[in-house]
Amino acid sequence: MSDATFDLAIVGAGPAGMAAAVEATALGLSVCVLDEQAAPGGQIYRGITRPAGLDPQVLGPDYWEGKALAERFLACGCDYRPGSTVWHVDAGELSFAGPHGGGTVAWRKLLNATGAMERPMPVAGWTLPGVMTAGAAQILLKASATVAENAVFCGSGPLLYLVVAQYLRAGVKVAAVLDTTPWQAYLGALRHMPAALPGWSYLSKGLGLLREIGAAGVRVVRNVDRLEMRGRDALEAVRWRAGASEGEIATSHAFLHQGIAPNTNLARAAGCAHVWDEAQLSWRPRTDAWGAASRPDLYCGGDVAGIAGARAAALSGRLSALAAAADLGRIDAAGRDARAAGLRRAMRRELAARPFLDTLYRPLPAFRVPAVDDVVVCRCEEVTAGALADAVDAGAMGPNQLKAFTRCGMGPCQGRSCGLTAAALVAARLGMSEGEAGYFNIRFPVKPVPLGAVAAAGGKPAG
Amino acid sequence: MFRSLATPETPAIGIEVDGRRIACAPGENLAAVLLRAGFGPFRSTPVSGAPRMPYCMMGVCFDCLAVVDGVPNSQTCLTAVADGMTVRRQEGASAAAFLAAEGLADE
Repeated sequence: MSDATFDLAIVGAGPAGMAAAVEATALGLSVCVLDEQAAPGGQIYRGITRPAGLDPQVLGPDYWEGKALAERFLACGCDYRPGSTVWHVDAGELSFAGPHGGGTVAWRKLLNATGAMERPMPVAGWTLPGVMTAGAAQILLKASATVAENAVFCGSGPLLYLVVAQYLRAGVKVAAVLDTTPWQAYLGALRHMPAALPGWSYLSKGLGLLREIGAAGVRVVRNVDRLEMRGRDALEAVRWRAGASEGEIATSHAFLHQGIAPNTNLARAAGCAHVWDEAQLSWRPRTDAWGAASRPDLYCGGDVAGIAGARAAALSGRLSALAAAADLGRIDAAGRDARAAGLRRAMRRELAARPFLDTLYRPLPAFRVPAVDDVVVCRCEEVTAGALADAVDAGAMGPNQLKAFTRCGMGPCQGRSCGLTAAALVAARLGMSEGEAGYFNIRFPVKPVPLGAVAAAGGKPAG
Repeated sequence: MFRSLATPETPAIGIEVDGRRIACAPGENLAAVLLRAGFGPFRSTPVSGAPRMPYCMMGVCFDCLAVVDGVPNSQTCLTAVADGMTVRRQEGASAAAFLAAEGLADE
């Protein structure tokens, strides 16, 4: 049990959570930061305080930007609790669990900075050992200097190309890049080009990565429209099709990626209203310009409130910290707005390239909902696309009925790996928009926790 | 097979994986150490018994579960290694497998 009430509790120590903690402590707020990982940085700056022994050139300057932020965060005087998984949020109190036990933290304002996760890419065989996300490849590289030779990278988006480039800089052989960006996407993205110019640094960096991959002579197959991971007990080959051509590449490692999506489970369980973002094909909590959610005591900052990248996440975390300070009466509205002006200018630059990127790297429908019936959608309960389609035909009217009919989304990951796929599938089959079809109801605990953690939190009732 | 690009730190500690000692550096990520050691599959699924290995490495997917220091359903991707830590494969439905492993299944 905790004895103090913190002015601000922050869930997540990625760029948004770290920057918010620095800003809030500087304004005199008492701050507690709880994070699942053993060290600060979130996924984007994973391992930033604990160098894994890599040549700094491998990860590149964007990664090392996180170092100064992490150092300021560790020195800011907040109560930082690594290894703490928040599994319940009540009015003014949260419960957490971790290897060092669990407990509760009392707070006046809460910032949910739970970040993003990989968008599911349910292709045939994606549950086979040896198939991982591109994010996983990068985490292994950043935090553990661990790499796989002769891997096949499949999908599209800046992260995919970045990891390939980082592998190449580290001297690791890459078997192939199977790029699923359709050529039509380049045309569609062009109309967003003029508006994207203030965000030129993102575009030039992206082009630089593609040049780097091209110059290394890695085999790149473009316009890939079908993928299959093949193998009996582990991955043995990746089969691809691109229009009229197809092929198969023997490998024991494949890394998939088709963008990232907000990790909304905590915000949903806490009762925050969510909106469907058609440009980003994902749900995000409804927030105002300060990150305030539909619940008056709760803010959402960083990628959980919409994918915008690490720098924008840090800015949005600071904006929420300013709003919390004003709401708690530590600064007045004029002081808040004066401090926010520069942050908002920087934010506009960060967001300028986003419509271009969202259009260019919009995942193909065929990779969002499997066209083949025996492809697993729910990895935990092993529910296939065919079983879900049958359930819709048998009368399931939305994601939650799919769950009741098939157990899809009821395993330990609590729908994180299948929710967007299942909802898109039911929407497509019933002829609804995904916004209309809705999403799983998410309830506490938002991560599986041992009974001992529940006992340590004082036997919180569910929900 | 995964390999390390880093020169090994000293002094190394050791964990015990299915009875085999694996050297690693203090504080390293357990899932990364296990992948480099060729440990696998980490678990079999409760539904079909299919083999699984880490997929997301960020605490989202729960495919990296193993029995760590006797505790089933441990997320190895969120665990830091400690000297003497023991790791075992997790078979199928974890509770039943745990009880059987502890000799409690039929008591």
